[in-house]
Amino acid sequence: MVKLEEHKHTTENRKIEELPLPSKVYIPLSQHLGKISTPIAQIGDRVLAGQKIAVSSAGVSSNIHASISGKIVAIEDWPHQVLGKAQAIVIESDGLDEKLVTNNQKQEEIDKLTPEQIRNIVFEAGIVGLGGASFPTHIKLNPPKPVDTLIINGAECEPYLTCDHRLMVEKTNEILRGIDLVARCLGVKKVYIAIEDNKPEAIEVFNHEIRDTRYEIRVLKSQYPQGGEKQLIKNIIGKEVPSGKLPFDVGVVAHNVGTIYAIYEAVYLNKPLYERVVTVTGSCVSNPKNLLVRIGTPIRELINFCAPLKQEPAKIIIGGPMMGIAQYTDDVPVIKSTTGVILFNDKEAKSKREESCIRCAACVHGCPVGLMPCLINGLCEKEMWLEAKAYNILDCIECGLCNYVCPANRNLTQSIKRAKLEVVK
Amino acid sequence: MKNKLVVSVSPHLHNNESVSKIMWMVVLSLIPAGFAGVFIFGASALRVIVLGIVSALFAEVVLQVITKRKISVLDGSAFITGLLLAYNLPPNAPFWLPIIGSFFSIAIGKQIFGGLGQNIFNPALAGRVFLMASWPKYMTTFAVPLRAGIGLVKPIAYDAITSATPLTALREGKILEHISYLNLFLGKRGGCIGEVCILALLLGAAFLFIKGYISWHIPLTYILTVGAFTYIFGPHGLLSGDWLFHILSGGLILGAFFMATDYVTSPLTRKGQLVFGIGCGIINAVIRLWGGYPEGVSYAILMMNAATPIIDRYTKNRIYGIKV
Repeated sequence: MVKLEEHKHTTENRKIEELPLPSKVYIPLSQHLGKISTPIAQIGDRVLAGQKIAVSSAGVSSNIHASISGKIVAIEDWPHQVLGKAQAIVIESDGLDEKLVTNNQKQEEIDKLTPEQIRNIVFEAGIVGLGGASFPTHIKLNPPKPVDTLIINGAECEPYLTCDHRLMVEKTNEILRGIDLVARCLGVKKVYIAIEDNKPEAIEVFNHEIRDTRYEIRVLKSQYPQGGEKQLIKNIIGKEVPSGKLPFDVGVVAHNVGTIYAIYEAVYLNKPLYERVVTVTGSCVSNPKNLLVRIGTPIRELINFCAPLKQEPAKIIIGGPMMGIAQYTDDVPVIKSTTGVILFNDKEAKSKREESCIRCAACVHGCPVGLMPCLINGLCEKEMWLEAKAYNILDCIECGLCNYVCPANRNLTQSIKRAKLEVVK
Repeated sequence: MKNKLVVSVSPHLHNNESVSKIMWMVVLSLIPAGFAGVFIFGASALRVIVLGIVSALFAEVVLQVITKRKISVLDGSAFITGLLLAYNLPPNAPFWLPIIGSFFSIAIGKQIFGGLGQNIFNPALAGRVFLMASWPKYMTTFAVPLRAGIGLVKPIAYDAITSATPLTALREGKILEHISYLNLFLGKRGGCIGEVCILALLLGAAFLFIKGYISWHIPLTYILTVGAFTYIFGPHGLLSGDWLFHILSGGLILGAFFMATDYVTSPLTRKGQLVFGIGCGIINAVIRLWGGYPEGVSYAILMMNAATPIIDRYTKNRIYGIKV
């Protein structure tokens, strides 16, 4: 693991602000890992915020809800941050922001909920992992083997991003109640709340608010990729998730703090997942902010809200700078997994020329998994995929660290990703 | 919004290292040893160094032009090769020795394999060994140090009087009463230009270590292994060896910190580097104690260079989630 330049100071103390209602939202049918959702609303329908407009397909999938009230004007292909282009339901706002239901649930009623009922609420609310991977949460609440440990991931190890940090500071009690629900659902004995040491404010508020003796805060060194699920599990319980297995195989389930907050809202407020916190930052932004944004809002509106720009961005990244995706247009909408929008200037966007590998082994020493990226890269250049497989490429977590440390600017991460695809074929 | 946005694969951040930055840092770390060499041996040493560097740079350009590769002469790597080769030559070497050595280093040691990063053997050492095999007389004739410690001694023409290196003297059974550890440490002795002043070498090595460009794994295991071997197998029976003399003399410190640690020709993992360092140490000690040469640093490192691919194969890091 390696300490990165954090770039978090510009937004870490900025309170979450609500982005003004967009006039149109573009809600993709694919916002999660797994099968795309099936639309149940039609063009011309009037929908309310929080109304289900697409349902989970069989298997790994999720429900999708309208994020504003208004009329569905189209179901069409629209730029997508991961897929390039994908089908999206377009809703034109009526400016009323009518919500479907927002009845607060009484605590006694919530205490009576069975694990099955909690899972169902989470499923209905369309909650997916908000840390970036967007795996449907209801599945993680129903592990095929019993688990005894729950890890709440508040590490936020990607530079620039502060959305999880702000949630932890501003919504501490809500998150704790969300943790109660998940802990109950899973029947765990121990809950660890993992926070990197660069977020002393979050650590302090949690220390102050925690009452449950089963809960423990684990302060982690701020190193990348500390928040990677497997790295987190090893650092906290000292066990490694066996190669090819999932965390529940070692009795652990890990959830991002944002996901926990969404679970709280779904259960306590009857509110499905139709908005999330997004960090808008980068050297081009003069007023970087943490924004509460409706799903489907084009990122242009987020950027405009943080105007004026210091200069035109040369690169727009959605997600963190280590694993995020560079966008070709600012039309792309925010989806459930959007953690940040980062605007890079010309200098930062300039790609460096690849040079010869000098075997300095910075990638080998840095790799959190123990791979030899430089050797794998050499094999990939010769398209020796099977030989590359023998170097355990399938265990790569694609964190990007090998690329980051490479003095020859070799595209190590990319070549391993490519090799993984070739090997799986 | 601009029409064109840059789209590239993640990660979008990069640390500030570059190949040429690393190379020039290594050059910087070698400067104290060069100053010491010139101070100790005089202008003739400077001439060897300059000729070594210039001909290495020239050879790099010529070969890159011939092979139609990108000209990368300013990346510092050829500079290091020329510099290190010169440091491994006697200060009184004839002018053509560094020139031929540098050409061999760059052509046969490096470019023939495909250029930077592709070579199996440390290019500077390949050049040195070539010169040793071809012109042993010139390679083993050493000028007497001009200056004794701090005080200035009357300059002597470099080819007028030659002296044996301490290790050669030892091999020939001569008594070495006049050489103290302090003189060995400061460089008041015969030897190659860059290897004599241990103090200057350690300064440079400390710089590289603090900057994180080298780790302790290869140099420390190498030096300790030589120390242990020469102590155990001493001239008057077991455990009677003068280990400190062996560590301080010859090119061990130069080799261990600046040539065995060459990224291209040493193993990738820390485990592999420990094996490499110990291997260098054993071969080096065996050559010094029972072999035909008084020195052995070049051969030890070159032999372990050859073993590097196989060391890499058997010293992989453990993969997360896979039990060994």
